[in-house]
Amino acid sequence: MLETVIPIALTLVAAAIAMSFWRLIRGPSVPDRILALDTLYVNTIALLVLFGIHLGSNLFFEAALLIALMGFIGTVALCKYLLRGDIIE
Amino acid sequence: MLEYFLSFLILTGAIFTLIGSLGLIRLKDLYTRLHGPTKATTLGVGSLLIASAIFFSTRDAGISLHEILITLFLFITAPVSAHMLAKAALHLNLKSLAKMPEDPVEEEQMQAVEEKTPMQNHIETPKTENPEPETKPEFTTQPTSPNTPTPNKTL
Repeated sequence: MLETVIPIALTLVAAAIAMSFWRLIRGPSVPDRILALDTLYVNTIALLVLFGIHLGSNLFFEAALLIALMGFIGTVALCKYLLRGDIIE
Repeated sequence: MLEYFLSFLILTGAIFTLIGSLGLIRLKDLYTRLHGPTKATTLGVGSLLIASAIFFSTRDAGISLHEILITLFLFITAPVSAHMLAKAALHLNLKSLAKMPEDPVEEEQMQAVEEKTPMQNHIETPKTENPEPETKPEFTTQPTSPNTPTPNKTL
């Protein structure tokens, strides 16, 4: 059951990544692109976790945790730059 | 049995992730586009991570707590980043497709006039007569004009 479900889920998440990448390229405004980057890293976490289940290895969780941390910091820094024109005042 | 539950969680997670990105593409302006990734994608990734936690907890000895850490972190940070994005969009004066709300003070006055006149005709007449000449030239715009003649006739 899991062997058939995981490839389907992988393709769905890959399609989600492609869609958010399209918005990242196409986005008419800067916050659109930041939102697309935010979605992209969350989707990447989903892909990594799925791939970890698929391979049955524990190795990917640290990578997923790092991506979550760095992605959040990146989103906040970009928004701060848009808001104040400076990141660290 | 557990495998069916796990595959259900994985499929719902993947479908919700896809729905979130679909919302990112299909919705019209930024303020509505914020809803897709911040709600649907967070739910999808959360259920995927719960599925992974159950999978590795039942396969290996001991409970694997990494996924719960990532889930907590994502659930805390997603609203914060959405709030920051909305603040940045408001700061940049991005256009929203939603209509501007009408003036709430005028609406409240209109509703008060409409509600009170049929109920308390005789008590409210001295009070409602005074504001009406002042407010009437402001109210006689197109949307409010069908409402205003009826209380005037009853008075």
